[in-house]
Amino acid sequence: MEIILALGIGTLAGSGVWLILRPRTFQVIIGLSLLSYAINLFILAMGRLRIGAPPVLATRGVGDPLLYADPLPQALVLTAIVISFATTALFLVVLLASRGLTGTDHVDGRERDS
Amino acid sequence: MSRFADHLLAAPIVVPLLAGALMLLLGERRRALKAAISLSSTFALVVVAIAILHVIDLPPNRAGSTGVYRLGAWPAPFAIVLVADRLAALMLLLTSVLAFASLLFSLARWHRVGAHFHSLFQFLLMGLNGAFLTGDLFNLFVFFELLLAASYGLALHGSGALRVKAGLHYIAINLAASLLFLVGVSLIYGLTGTLNMADLAIRIPAITPENRPLLEAGAGILGIVFLLKAGMWPLCFWLPTTYAAAAAPVAAIFAIMTKVGVYIVLRLWLLLFGVEAGASAQFGGDWLLFGGMATVAFGVIGTLASQDLARLTAFSVLVSSGTVLAATGMGQVAVTTGALFYLVSSTLGLGALFLLVELTERGREPGADVLAVTREAFGEEDDDEEGEIGVAIPATMALLGLAFIGCALVVAGLPPLSGFIAKFALLSAALNSSGANGSGGPISGASWALLAMLILSGLAALIAMVRAGIRTFWAAPNRTIPRVRVIEMAPVAILIFLCGILTIQAGTIMRYMRDTAEVLHTPRSYIGNVLPPSASEARGAGRS
Repeated sequence: MEIILALGIGTLAGSGVWLILRPRTFQVIIGLSLLSYAINLFILAMGRLRIGAPPVLATRGVGDPLLYADPLPQALVLTAIVISFATTALFLVVLLASRGLTGTDHVDGRERDS
Repeated sequence: MSRFADHLLAAPIVVPLLAGALMLLLGERRRALKAAISLSSTFALVVVAIAILHVIDLPPNRAGSTGVYRLGAWPAPFAIVLVADRLAALMLLLTSVLAFASLLFSLARWHRVGAHFHSLFQFLLMGLNGAFLTGDLFNLFVFFELLLAASYGLALHGSGALRVKAGLHYIAINLAASLLFLVGVSLIYGLTGTLNMADLAIRIPAITPENRPLLEAGAGILGIVFLLKAGMWPLCFWLPTTYAAAAAPVAAIFAIMTKVGVYIVLRLWLLLFGVEAGASAQFGGDWLLFGGMATVAFGVIGTLASQDLARLTAFSVLVSSGTVLAATGMGQVAVTTGALFYLVSSTLGLGALFLLVELTERGREPGADVLAVTREAFGEEDDDEEGEIGVAIPATMALLGLAFIGCALVVAGLPPLSGFIAKFALLSAALNSSGANGSGGPISGASWALLAMLILSGLAALIAMVRAGIRTFWAAPNRTIPRVRVIEMAPVAILIFLCGILTIQAGTIMRYMRDTAEVLHTPRSYIGNVLPPSASEARGAGRS
């Protein structure tokens, strides 16, 4: 379980970083999305990995905290997903505007002189 | 603190939120109404900030007065708190004053060149105020995202290829930084089990030695994020281009955005890694000191190399935040006092300069390309007609020149304006502090370096400003006199006038800054105010 999660985070983060450093705006945006997936998994991992443990208390009585997963990282992930989704959408609009104004999808707005 | 004053703390976040949301519902055509709402909301923020400052700074509890607003009345470590201490109140006031000036400026024409200017502006203010007030790391992230999202929109305000290009880089680098922010926050949460800043300060000394590198890695990653916002070298290459490309009122309010990064560094570094932090005390202090100096060096080279005034001002922003960072890195009360005064004075001066730059560039054909692009994109060719409505001030150039001299005095740190007092306070503190530290020992190398840096950066700023001023006001052949309206000149005058007030009232303000710095350097008072007494006593018992 731990090794799978660690490998998943590593692969996503590695590909994300590589894509961010690419010269095309679309690659950058995909890279940012991959990175944000990696980060979301990382936040979840920071709440310790538990299998079969619900994060929300049962409806009746006082629950034993040992039986439950830490709810806070899950709430954080939810917020992080919403925020990164919104900012990615915004970035996409800027990307399209840049494509329209400069006529190229290079991040600097012009092709490198070769 | 009274009941009313308690709720006052939420106002800096709620007022701009409501105003911004309300204006989203109004159509783009109802500009007068929108301008009225925006202006009154911002004015209300100024009043609220003054009220908060007044309540916080009441004489009887001068030692460590902190206003805490518990949302939903939950006790502190379990729920979100808003905390207003002297530093937060100071930043609130600075933000609202600068916002009022730039909003007033934008009413002349800039608020018409793009959609939803006023709503974005109010949301930016909400994010800024929230970041200053929050007492919780994750909430800080949320407010950061809010202010950044609004700033993306504002940076692109007016459109045009130049702005979109700069905005693309700005957004990409800030999105990446936000992801780093989350890594840092979750690392710290995983180790300490809390996100409340006061609670964190209690738990950090108790971290076991094997977990300490991980904690410091988390703190370092968070530090990278804040230093990126503050524009520390080598994380600052995005800043001059973005700021120089932004519309004038936007650039003026952006002058406070680097200070958000500086503010968070001041707050978190002194709170979490202050003298009481056990093995991690002063973690990263040298990075702040030398990174700040490198930033100043980079900024100085940039100001000397800039061809146009907008870039010069943007590089001066770097010099300003570098100076504050380096002074913070000294980790001494007296130096921090001077740094706070410098922060306020330089932010006001730079805000005025950003506004002024646009006014002077307006008359110059080479500098007018940005305006041309704007007009092209929005199909608005009737600038001159709009200009006729206002009063064309006679002797415009003389007034602009005087205002420019004022800004230059503040930025370069020459008497009689407040920049001089700020630099003087920093210099004398740097010279005296090592004596207090090592009981009369020789002045340390870091102090000498800070001294040299302050004087050289002032000299370089003076050279760059004088050169730019001569080129703009004296030696510009066949230029047209720019049309300037009273409403555009007034904000610049207000900001410079405030710098004058800072000079005249320097004693009172310096007293306030010293109190602020003392509270910052004694995290115990902050913690005691935020957390219920039992938690802070448990800490004392655990430490003894």
